[in-house]
Amino acid sequence: MKEIYLDNSATTPLYSEVIDLMNRVQEQVFGNPSAMHEKGIAAEKVIDTARRQVARVLAVSDQEIVFTSGGTEANNLAICGSARRNRKRGSHLITTVFEHPSVLNCFRYLEQEGFTVSYLPVNQDGLIDLEMLQCEITSATTLVSIMHVNNEIGSVLPLAAIGPLIKIKNPRTLFHLDAVQSFTKLPVDPLGWQADLISCSSHKIHGPKGAGCLWIRKGTLMDPLFHGGGQELGMRSGTENTAAIAGFGLAAQLSENDQRDKTAKMMSLKTAFLREIEKQGITFVINGPNPDNAAPHILNLAFPGFKAELLLHSLEEKKIYVSAGSACHSRHPKPSHVLNAIGLQDDLPASSLRFSFSALNSLAEVTLAAHETADTIRHLKSLINQ
Amino acid sequence: MSTILVRYGEIALKGRNRGQFEQQLHRNLKGALQNLDATIIRHRGRFSVHCPDAALQKVTMRLGRIFGLVSFSPVYETVHDIEAIKAAAAAIVKELPSGNKTFKIMARRSNKDYPYNSPELNQILGAHLLQCYPDLTVQLDDPSSILEVEIGYQNTYLYLERIPGPGGLPVGSSGRALLLLSGGIDSPVAGWLAMKRGLSFEAVHFHSFPLTSKRSQEKVVDLCRKLMLYGHNIPLHEVSVTKIQEALRKNCPADLSVILLRRMMLRLAEKLCELRKLKVLVTGENLGQVASQTLDSIDVISKATRMLILRPLISFDKLEITAIAEKIDTYETSILPYEDCCTIFVPASPVTKPKLAVIERFEQNLDLDLLLEEALETLETQIIK
Repeated sequence: MKEIYLDNSATTPLYSEVIDLMNRVQEQVFGNPSAMHEKGIAAEKVIDTARRQVARVLAVSDQEIVFTSGGTEANNLAICGSARRNRKRGSHLITTVFEHPSVLNCFRYLEQEGFTVSYLPVNQDGLIDLEMLQCEITSATTLVSIMHVNNEIGSVLPLAAIGPLIKIKNPRTLFHLDAVQSFTKLPVDPLGWQADLISCSSHKIHGPKGAGCLWIRKGTLMDPLFHGGGQELGMRSGTENTAAIAGFGLAAQLSENDQRDKTAKMMSLKTAFLREIEKQGITFVINGPNPDNAAPHILNLAFPGFKAELLLHSLEEKKIYVSAGSACHSRHPKPSHVLNAIGLQDDLPASSLRFSFSALNSLAEVTLAAHETADTIRHLKSLINQ
Repeated sequence: MSTILVRYGEIALKGRNRGQFEQQLHRNLKGALQNLDATIIRHRGRFSVHCPDAALQKVTMRLGRIFGLVSFSPVYETVHDIEAIKAAAAAIVKELPSGNKTFKIMARRSNKDYPYNSPELNQILGAHLLQCYPDLTVQLDDPSSILEVEIGYQNTYLYLERIPGPGGLPVGSSGRALLLLSGGIDSPVAGWLAMKRGLSFEAVHFHSFPLTSKRSQEKVVDLCRKLMLYGHNIPLHEVSVTKIQEALRKNCPADLSVILLRRMMLRLAEKLCELRKLKVLVTGENLGQVASQTLDSIDVISKATRMLILRPLISFDKLEITAIAEKIDTYETSILPYEDCCTIFVPASPVTKPKLAVIERFEQNLDLDLLLEEALETLETQIIK
């Protein structure tokens, strides 16, 4: 049985070119990038190449890219680093209720430090009310943090409208955008959107885990999270993970090549999956936005009456890997905060699966996966309805 | 080099089997102290372990888990010369934490040619210690420290403490069992208690992937890793009962399904025992804990096999079981929530007084042999070490 991997929003398989490059770097470029001798210079060069590759995707200066250990660290640095640094100007922060935990939990932590945080609600399509956002921004607001694409339901936030709106209300409010799910998948326009901080991750784009970056607009004042040797413009001390950063850079470049084609392909895979599952005539509900208006790679479906984990493991048995919209622990049910935020009722959050695609999936794979999903539902139904 | 005296109790009473028990214990000691550069010497009625000073902590920690040991003592080793013994006694007492101000000396000589007898030794050494440390007092009844002195044939041992061992019998000296390991709190404790009485075991875990998570299988592996520390590498057999559960679901009333499934598990366990030449089943069953563990249920379930079933936990309270699970460090693993994650099949009100005749009638509707055969085809075995 061939494996069908449809959990690409959790992580992605690595490009083979990335693995080759990383192996080469691990073997040959082991110098400390800060060292003065040629071993160090070689490592520094590798990192600078990656920095240019990532910067090119965002169309920003490579001097503004700070490599981190991944998306979580980038989000922590962006939020805690800017909020603390700008505390004298104000202690009000804004985000949404359906951000990734690495964003939400930073804000919760900052609340303990005395910050006030406004959490914007989202509607059933996973979008925020722009008027409400505008109302919330005051002279004391130092940061607005909003994700580009929601990782569970794939809604795409209208950042082109949001950025200018923030700056009109308060030009000194920083705009952080969590682009972990959209980087190289949808166009990201830091300058046009008037963003100040952008988080990206490597392992969501066929790069290695343990690498990511934060773009920090030149002149943005930040407190670092790590204190030490002053690497990465003083924003991220610690000897750089040369191989992972090199892999990240290459993955960014490879993903960005023919980005339009890849996005179109993912969109067509998603559509094909949906068509097939509709054709099978089983009962399901699409969670979140209309798939045509959502991110190309994320599809969240609820199968009423079936526990998500049961479906997940049944598909796993067929070597089809997806993720559950919620973690079902027997004693501590913990439904997804995103599915709750978009107002899903009853047992739907606990019956939801997320299918997430990549350009490396094939049409045959996703059609088969849709077919098998329907088969699984039918089989389980025959057992439950005794 | 450090020396540790290792004592075993019950084995010494075992008459003609004693040699075998001692050999088993010797093997277990060797196995437990692997890679610590320790040598084990067998003496009459006890062992001594010799290891580099740096390994002493690890050695004593591992000795504390070897069944069959009654106690052990890190000892100070010196020659027969009385001055040397006096100096050693003074050196040991010097290390005592303040507060241990009353003491007594218990000298013994197995070497009866030694010029001083035991009471004389007690006197000589006691006087010497009082002279060295004026704030000490001798107290024969319940002193804060007891310094034991043993005059052997080659040398003299002095020690202050007897660290209690776990007792029981050497693992492997009582035979080989099959442990039904569910991943809950009880069955690992049952396995540990079986080891305590000298059983070695292989474990079987019945899973119902994809109805339950693969992580629950990982949990069983983790439990074996914890239990292994008390005995030996554990062969772990995993068998899928998903097909059986589905068949029961389709053909039998839901409130009997647990009893029926447990009977199937016993039949599978029996077949596994034949395959692996194991003599006895060990389960974590506990009288009255859940519906399938009422007296009637246990009776009906166990009639599915003719094998001997040991239930070390039968009369334990949950709190007592939990206390052992915490002691042997399986508790935290056991309570990880994966196990019952998606139990779509557990009936809301299972029967507590099943009738064998009724159960057997439903079993007649099933092709038992085929179901058992299919389940055994899913058998996967790994050795946890």
